[in-house]
Amino acid sequence: MQLTLTEAQNDLRSGALSPRELVLGILDAANRLDGEIGGYLSIQRDAALAAAETADVSLPLGGIPIAIKDAIIVEDEPCAAASKILAGKYIAPYDASVISKLRAAGAIPLGRANMDEFAMGSSTENSGLQVTRNPWDTTRIPGGSSGGSAAVVAADEAIAALGSDTGGSIRQPAALCGCVGLKPSYGRVSRYGLIAFASSLDQIGPITKSSEDAAKILQVIAGPDPQDSTALEAPVPDLSAELEQGVKGLRIGLPKEYFIDGIDPDIRDRVDAAVKELEAQGAEIHEISLPHTEYAIATYYIIATAEASANLARFDGVRYGHRSDKADNLIDQYRRSREEGFGDEVKRRIILGTYVLSSGYYDQYYNRAQKVRTLIRKDFTDAFEKVDAIVCPTTPHPAFKLGEMADDPLQMYLADIFTIAANLAGLCGISTPCGTVNREGKELPVGLQILGKPLDEGTILRLSHSYEQATGFHKARPV
Amino acid sequence: MSAQKLDVAHIANLARLDLNEEEIATFQSQLDKILAYVEKLSGLDVEGIEPTAHAIPVFDVMRDDVARPGFGLEKALRNAPRRVGDQFGVPKVIE
Repeated sequence: MQLTLTEAQNDLRSGALSPRELVLGILDAANRLDGEIGGYLSIQRDAALAAAETADVSLPLGGIPIAIKDAIIVEDEPCAAASKILAGKYIAPYDASVISKLRAAGAIPLGRANMDEFAMGSSTENSGLQVTRNPWDTTRIPGGSSGGSAAVVAADEAIAALGSDTGGSIRQPAALCGCVGLKPSYGRVSRYGLIAFASSLDQIGPITKSSEDAAKILQVIAGPDPQDSTALEAPVPDLSAELEQGVKGLRIGLPKEYFIDGIDPDIRDRVDAAVKELEAQGAEIHEISLPHTEYAIATYYIIATAEASANLARFDGVRYGHRSDKADNLIDQYRRSREEGFGDEVKRRIILGTYVLSSGYYDQYYNRAQKVRTLIRKDFTDAFEKVDAIVCPTTPHPAFKLGEMADDPLQMYLADIFTIAANLAGLCGISTPCGTVNREGKELPVGLQILGKPLDEGTILRLSHSYEQATGFHKARPV
Repeated sequence: MSAQKLDVAHIANLARLDLNEEEIATFQSQLDKILAYVEKLSGLDVEGIEPTAHAIPVFDVMRDDVARPGFGLEKALRNAPRRVGDQFGVPKVIE
């Protein structure tokens, strides 16, 4: 189904396509393609078809099927965060708030998208359940942690998807799979019903085939929620109207600390060309400085693991999830259930997070990292006094080979350099395709990242949409 | 912030993870490398800097205390690894 959300919407409203035909088309595409791609963990076919029967196509997302990352719960569907600790053992008792909002807008949740277990990873190789392959080169990773969401959109097995982003988990897989990925500002979207990884960093957002599509989904899922006190009251502007404002006069910052050795030269070249394109459209280009950039990864991995160790304490084998049958007292039941249920990366992060919070080390690590976070945030506050948006690569390298980084977690963490600061500072960020690079005869997508002020999704969408209209790179498909 | 050695076995016990010997050895070497990397934060002067817990701080968000339907007993218990009547069953805790 090579349809963008906007195209599908037009076809539904003109009557060229019925909601049932659209859902059947997606089911057929998944059936044909997903054996190789592995983006979906499961699809509730009957529920999707039943929803299509009653779909009202006049609603904002009426009749549009949307794939859902396996960290977001959908009532009466399985949810596992791609972990063995939940797989086959958990049926969600209610809808996440984003799912309620999608349903109210007429959309149809369709399919559970694979991910790194509990969203911990950058390649989806940490999924406890299955391998997902990059549709552009199936020997390569799709990125992560929302790798299944990006892969099914890139392979045209989905119209659009929801992902979640704690340190780049929407933007990075979108970049590596040639999709558009939007991480809303912290507080823009309710997390009620998202399985928590790091609560001061997590956001839900769309992975789509265009910025226009991303704007339509964000419009629906954004806004306050009585179930999540961190979802801000701030009004959500008409994002589709914002898109059309053009970029003339917008000030774009290029952080000198981001354009450094270590970026793949071909990626540098594509991003430089993208900056020239935005300049040609009337944007002003300024060099800026984010002096604490070199501390961002260390800060992130202390804060994220600390929060994860607390959030994952709930997996104790008592109320839901895996319970070991090899324990005869309660403490051993916790210890064995968690040992048997969690994968290596999750255990590694729980241990690191427990350590940085433990007595005697809290001030050295966690408290210090929170103070450095203040400095990183201030870098951006200062930068946004001079510019309206920041442009840089989404990733320093194109998609790597499956298995290539499996034994070196630190190397994998270092590739998050351009995406994590947005989470630490609460910014919004979008990745849009800016061309491809050729590796071993295959074209691999490159992502252009645009970062904006908190709650200023309108400006980054203006830039990405305007860039897409001029270049058409977002239309490229795997061959 | 000198380079401390993280005792994986001890921390795993605090985190209620029953790691085997092989995991302890692998994690020890991987986490030592990660901790050596994060030591770079010790080079920064953070004297007088307030910690950031949330990027966009919000305080004391209140909503009206109105009763509304929950998802009920059966849905709450349907994922229970062991159910005893209308309760979650666990191994005996009190001797």
